[in-house]
Amino acid sequence: MEESSSLQQVSTPGAGVDKPFGPVAAVFLAAGIGALVLGVLTTLAEASEGVKSWLEWSTSVGPLSGKTIIAVIAFVVAWVVLGIGLRGRNPKPSTIFTWTAVLVAVGLVLTFPTFFQAFAPEE
Amino acid sequence: MHLTYREWWAVIHGMGLGALFLLAFAGGLAGLYSLRAELLSERGVVERTRRLQIGTWVMAIAAWATVITGTWVVYPWYRSTAADSPKSLLVANPSTADWHEFGMEWKEHIAWIAPLLATAVAFAVTYYGTSLVKHQGVRRALMVFFTASFLIAGVAGALGAFITKAAPVH
Repeated sequence: MEESSSLQQVSTPGAGVDKPFGPVAAVFLAAGIGALVLGVLTTLAEASEGVKSWLEWSTSVGPLSGKTIIAVIAFVVAWVVLGIGLRGRNPKPSTIFTWTAVLVAVGLVLTFPTFFQAFAPEE
Repeated sequence: MHLTYREWWAVIHGMGLGALFLLAFAGGLAGLYSLRAELLSERGVVERTRRLQIGTWVMAIAAWATVITGTWVVYPWYRSTAADSPKSLLVANPSTADWHEFGMEWKEHIAWIAPLLATAVAFAVTYYGTSLVKHQGVRRALMVFFTASFLIAGVAGALGAFITKAAPVH
């Protein structure tokens, strides 16, 4: 009896009520978008000297400073925007997790040196 | 047995936070794996969920702290234009240049994906609370992304260890 009330206290207001998946979908898609943005910026910086120097927001850190700050901002902004848009909604988890995996996978490919160095201008 | 200021930061970045990350992952994964109604009493679910929330947030915070200290504290020393900086030493020698051209170039970027995924998992665990036990499909997906976060950080960490062995920050 005591155990049961303890469970209800901790899980309130979710106990017995299915919480909508929307807020979780928002943070996962935001993580995928953050990874994708990081990958796109990494490849763009390699392909263009102009982009690379624009991303150098810190002289000591170099272009990595701009890439990572923008990627984190993209993650936070996407989380907030999607969180508002998906609040109370119940998208299919398998679809959201698949899209997240695809976004992260593309981000990983775009941050893989053998891939992005192929876009470096010929010297 | 003396460590310089920079070496202390390298230790904090690579070993201190790295060890915390590893411990939190092990605990978090075990918690996620065993969060099944048939294995736990109601009281067990409550206790396990609290631990899981702590473990996943510790891993997420450790991941953020690792990439922030790595990028903003240790990396500038690594990439300094000084002739004796680790990067200068690595690229000056054709037999070690790939540690920078491939190893560091990969590590410095993918490491940032780990905290994004770890944060998403920690948020989901906190959001569902004890009701996560009723969402077994979500629980399994969280395990996959939690492990992916760890593996990504593992690649970055292993490359960091090898690069430090080839050309340490002093």
